[in-house]
Amino acid sequence: MYVQVILSQGELTAMLLGDIDHHTAREMRKEIDALIEKHHPTLLRLDYSAVQFMDSSGIGLIMGRYRLMRLIGGTVLVCNVPPHLKRLIDLSGIGSLGVLEYKGKEALK
Amino acid sequence: MNVINEMKICFDSKSCNEAFARSAVSGFILQLDPTIAELSDIKTAVSEAVTNAIVHGYSNTIGDVHIKVQIIEGGKVIIQVKDKGVGIENIQQAMEPMFTTGGSERAGLGFAVMQSFMDKVKVTSKPGRGTTVTMEKYIMPRFSARDSI
Ligand SMILES: Nc1ncnc2c1ncn2[C@@H]1O[C@H](COP(=O)(O)OP(=O)(O)OP(=O)(O)O)[C@@H](O)[C@H]1O
Ligand SMILES: [Mg+2]
Repeated sequence: MYVQVILSQGELTAMLLGDIDHHTAREMRKEIDALIEKHHPTLLRLDYSAVQFMDSSGIGLIMGRYRLMRLIGGTVLVCNVPPHLKRLIDLSGIGSLGVLEYKGKEALK
Repeated sequence: MNVINEMKICFDSKSCNEAFARSAVSGFILQLDPTIAELSDIKTAVSEAVTNAIVHGYSNTIGDVHIKVQIIEGGKVIIQVKDKGVGIENIQQAMEPMFTTGGSERAGLGFAVMQSFMDKVKVTSKPGRGTTVTMEKYIMPRFSARDSI
């Protein structure tokens, strides 16, 4: 199992589990996209708190879901990014998409 | 440059081997007593290079991915990841952040990550012949010579 999901009031929360690389990202993507297509959530929340390791595939996963959610008129929020992943997230510039949710704050635009 | 230890592995370009590749390299590096951050930097860079060999180098076939790790006297680590896949036409362009030929699921960040997480990255490639990525990182000795007496 790569993803744990909660669907509530049109919001889909996907908790990603373990390491994200090209191999596991593909499995995560399949599970998440199947749920998006089935339920058309207005918000997809990607929870990174249980991610121990990731490479740029973890960024590609966000960008791909961002595009997909935009297509159906929804949004993506990335939450609970642990400190050890921060450097990669910063390097990616993904924050400029306005998808990063910081504790206690709304998504930064 | 005095090589004090060396290891080589070769494996199929299957995505399920990405985790194996980075654990094998980090297992070998452990003898230098790296910090968790140093180890994580190396694992990430290796994952990028190996994924590129699998995804781009051997996009439609399964081929051999070679990794060589050398530990140099003084704490430098040299990691080489090699494929005999399609090769890269324009290396400079390929290394630009956000450049990708991998479609919408790739961020085009692999080389940028390698460059940021390692001290040095060198890429040699020939179209039709394959690609070699050589990365270096200096692992700080954790104890000074005096402490270890
Ligand atoms: N081993 C390789 N063989 C052939 N082409 C390669 C190889 N490595 C990289 N490339 C080329 O260089 C481009 C950039 O690589 P880079 O790792 O920076 O980004 P990416 O792999 O496309 O995306 P990401 O790494 O973010 O998933 C690739 O899209 C590909 O065209
Ligand atoms: Mg890559």
